[in-house]
Amino acid sequence: MITVELPNVLCSYMEDNPSLVLDEPCETVGDALAALGRRSPGALDRIMDERGDVRRHVNLFVNGENVRFLDGLSTPVPNGATIFVLAAVSGG
Amino acid sequence: MVGTMKGAFVLRSDKSRKKWRIEGPHFRGEAVYALLHDTRGNRPRTFAATNSMHWGPTLRTSDDSGATWSEPAPQTVRFPGDSGRALAQIWQIASGRATEPDVFYCGVEPAALFESRDGGESWQPNRGLLNHEHQPKWQPGGGGLCLHTIVVDPANPRRMLIAISAAGVYRSDDGGKSWRARNVGVRAQFLPEEHRYPEFGQCVHKVVHHPSRPGRLFLQNHWGLYRSDDWGDSWQDIANGVPSDFGFAMQMHPHDPDTVYIVPIEADIFRATPEAKLRVYRTRNAGASWQPLTKGLPQSGAYENVLRDALTADSFDSAGIYFGTRSGKLYGSRDEGTTWTEIADALPPIVCVKTGTAGAA
Repeated sequence: MITVELPNVLCSYMEDNPSLVLDEPCETVGDALAALGRRSPGALDRIMDERGDVRRHVNLFVNGENVRFLDGLSTPVPNGATIFVLAAVSGG
Repeated sequence: MVGTMKGAFVLRSDKSRKKWRIEGPHFRGEAVYALLHDTRGNRPRTFAATNSMHWGPTLRTSDDSGATWSEPAPQTVRFPGDSGRALAQIWQIASGRATEPDVFYCGVEPAALFESRDGGESWQPNRGLLNHEHQPKWQPGGGGLCLHTIVVDPANPRRMLIAISAAGVYRSDDGGKSWRARNVGVRAQFLPEEHRYPEFGQCVHKVVHHPSRPGRLFLQNHWGLYRSDDWGDSWQDIANGVPSDFGFAMQMHPHDPDTVYIVPIEADIFRATPEAKLRVYRTRNAGASWQPLTKGLPQSGAYENVLRDALTADSFDSAGIYFGTRSGKLYGSRDEGTTWTEIADALPPIVCVKTGTAGAA
């Protein structure tokens, strides 16, 4: 079981739920995002572009580690892990 | 309607246009580079192209003239997988012909044209432009490689024209199947002197025309002010009496095909109004001469810039002209530019100003 925690701005794509529990098997962050996209294509659009790249100013953390510094979308997600989706420190 | 770097504002007035009620910001924190209010067919529809720095671009619609908005999920303006591209921003939303009320176009970054034939519900990329042989050599301007201008021939359903920074003008005469560069006479100041008139690669900032005389086009270039009388086959310099031929914004008068408005900017390396005077210039003779319009506009200490879609007009008999600055000031004229009033003075940086008529005026 994997939990995906979303920022408030994306909750509207998930019927105002801030988190999503995935029961299907997910071996990697990419698997978990694909499962998220099946539940909510709108939320996935905000996290990834149509090439399947995570947007530049979006960060994904697995158990506290930024996946950019791990294996990106191939980063393993152990059973019981939580993926946090967060806006990066950027703006103007 | 005013698009800013931090959201969109809807300003409403009656036919007198003396007092404005400001609503917003809609889409808080998101840049709004393109807006359109369309009244063809049997219902009005308003479009807003929003772009969150974090969460990406979205094309939203409103069917109650901007009071409430919806967005599709998933997004409908998206590059096909085989293109290898991803949508960075929607720069322009344009209506199709009056006879095709369900047709809309979007110009986007990276440079591409999208078309909807169902009122904006679904969008398809124009393959002729997407796979154009020049496309690998197109270079981005300062704002990105953006298709920012869409000009539709109201009479010929097979002809339309687009402009890209920094690729130049392209025209299709076969319904969008193929596109030819139409930049003869338009200079590329930023290239070596002997290469300043290339087939393509110009940094065109805006092209306008009047539907009653569609083949005559006016062009504001990255250095250069031009007119074409042959649908872009050739261009002639019309920078007659302007303080600078650099600028971004250009607007056609809604009723007079000889009258055009611009806001000259000093230079590419100093993007501010010349002599620190905020002046709109108007020609009433198709570019033979230009006159400054200054009454009501600051004539000292005004280091302003007006971007390519931040100058617009309404459709009333005595045309209203409106523009917004990067410093967040919004000005309007109810007498075709002769006198101006400040409508708002502290909005976020303004990138887009558009008008529409809704309900009883």
